[in-house]
Amino acid sequence: MSSTDAPTAPATSFGGMQARSSAAINQASRISVRNLDFFYGANKALKGVNLELPDRQVTGMIGPSGCGKSTLLRVLNRMYSLYPGQRAEGEVLMEGRNMIAPDVDLNELRSKVGMVFQKPTPFPMTIYENIAFGIRLHEKLSKSQMDDRIEWALSRAAIWGEVKDRLQSSAMGLSGGQQQRLCIARTIAVRPEVILFDEPTSALDPISTLKIEELIDELKRDFTICIVTHNMQQAARCADQVAFFYLGELVEVAPAAQLFTAPREKRTQEYITGRFG
Amino acid sequence: MSATMTPQGTNHGANPGVSGPAKDKAVAAALGRSRKRADIIVRSLSYAATAIGLVFLASILVTLFYKGFGAMNLSVFTEVTRPPGSQGGLLNAIVGSAIQVALATIIGTPIGMLVGTYLAEYARGSSFGNAVRFVSDILLSAPSILIGLFVYQLLVLPFGGFSGWAGVAALSIIIIPIVVRTTEDMLALIPNTLREAVIGLGAPKWKMIVTVCWRAATSGIITGVLLGIARIAGETAPLLFTSLGNNAWSTNLNGPMPSLPITIYSYAGSPFQDWIELAWAGALLITLAVLLLNILARSVLRSRT
Repeated sequence: MSSTDAPTAPATSFGGMQARSSAAINQASRISVRNLDFFYGANKALKGVNLELPDRQVTGMIGPSGCGKSTLLRVLNRMYSLYPGQRAEGEVLMEGRNMIAPDVDLNELRSKVGMVFQKPTPFPMTIYENIAFGIRLHEKLSKSQMDDRIEWALSRAAIWGEVKDRLQSSAMGLSGGQQQRLCIARTIAVRPEVILFDEPTSALDPISTLKIEELIDELKRDFTICIVTHNMQQAARCADQVAFFYLGELVEVAPAAQLFTAPREKRTQEYITGRFG
Repeated sequence: MSATMTPQGTNHGANPGVSGPAKDKAVAAALGRSRKRADIIVRSLSYAATAIGLVFLASILVTLFYKGFGAMNLSVFTEVTRPPGSQGGLLNAIVGSAIQVALATIIGTPIGMLVGTYLAEYARGSSFGNAVRFVSDILLSAPSILIGLFVYQLLVLPFGGFSGWAGVAALSIIIIPIVVRTTEDMLALIPNTLREAVIGLGAPKWKMIVTVCWRAATSGIITGVLLGIARIAGETAPLLFTSLGNNAWSTNLNGPMPSLPITIYSYAGSPFQDWIELAWAGALLITLAVLLLNILARSVLRSRT
């Protein structure tokens, strides 16, 4: 496929990656969620959630609509802080700091915890500018460094081969699946540590979905990934560990194979066999 | 189901969800006839109203084009306004209008855009924002002569005379709420996920607005500005008390300034045949300019969507 013939930029040229290349910390948690409660006004949407996101692994989050999985995702990058009336209590620990504390620099946090949305969200500018936008927020790069970084990001998102000849044309002209990979490229171009995927394939056709899933598998070598999905097959295919949410509670978290074959909780069993949800 | 069920009722029973007594065919036919009658009445009234509207519009346009083109000649564009019977034109009025409208647009557009941005991005749901929106909407439909009088009190009386700047101020006040409205409406159309995507990259809010939201709303905002220009280009009342009009060539904004609507206003009511003809020519010019701006606005909107 196109991803194989795309030139692969040397990942070692990006200093940020090297700190995490040691295998010793592989099982360590990148993010620890402790006793997290979340409120939409008076409505409690998350109840005492505890969850570890292991470094460079894929955590899948499943559960029926309104169970709180997307809410948890929006806590991890503080997206909820945009909206008055939404608040979180508890701890979201990253590098020893509580990320839901009021004094956290949100722009810096979001440069470490990137997010890919359900619908592709290309900015109304060129493909090149879409990727450069996020980089310029946090770094000052020369023209050639910027070109290299953009090629690297687009290659990692398996879309370089399709867009390299039209970097200066509008991103709005890409297909839905290409737009979603462009959004992934835009997210990884900032070199985050964690990438949050909020139902990234629910607006895409099966072929584009397959490409994104392959991509997620590829990306976990360098990034800690958290993916919300309504598709249990997708969770089984992509995730190393799966967390099942129900009515704002984290019911069960287990390695994917175990959760889908031998769940400990009755509610998990009922959900994955389609008895409710 | 009721005990007095008719055979037709049983048929209905085969259709789940439909039960009860059978239809009375006579009643149904009568209802159908009265429905048809009502349809014919409403339809004929609509057609008649449309025809009346179109007749007036067509007669205005035909008269305007007939008289306007009849009065059009090169000297309209090359000569300034002159006393009756001395082969004058409208050059000073055209240039005066262009200067005042252009300056009002340059002043009013950024103010209107920023207010619209405030309403859409910063004041959503806040009571102060609602108050600002309400006042702006009132301004949008306020009689323009009030705005002329307001500027007369504010900029003409205290500074000792009519001036082009006062005219510019009055036209700015008229165009601002138009730009506010379209900016806010266009920004409100942008999906929240696009905003979250910008914020999610670690961008501060002002950067999200300036680099992504404004860009996504550009064509809509341009359309609003063009329609605003079309509106102020034809305004007469706010200029009566402000820039007053001037029969000589003048680009001095500190003194009375000529403009097309004012010239039309004073010439159309005069007893002189050549002045009346110039008024028709001027009216045609404004109409064509407004038409052009509207076409431009539509094509801008279409090219982006």
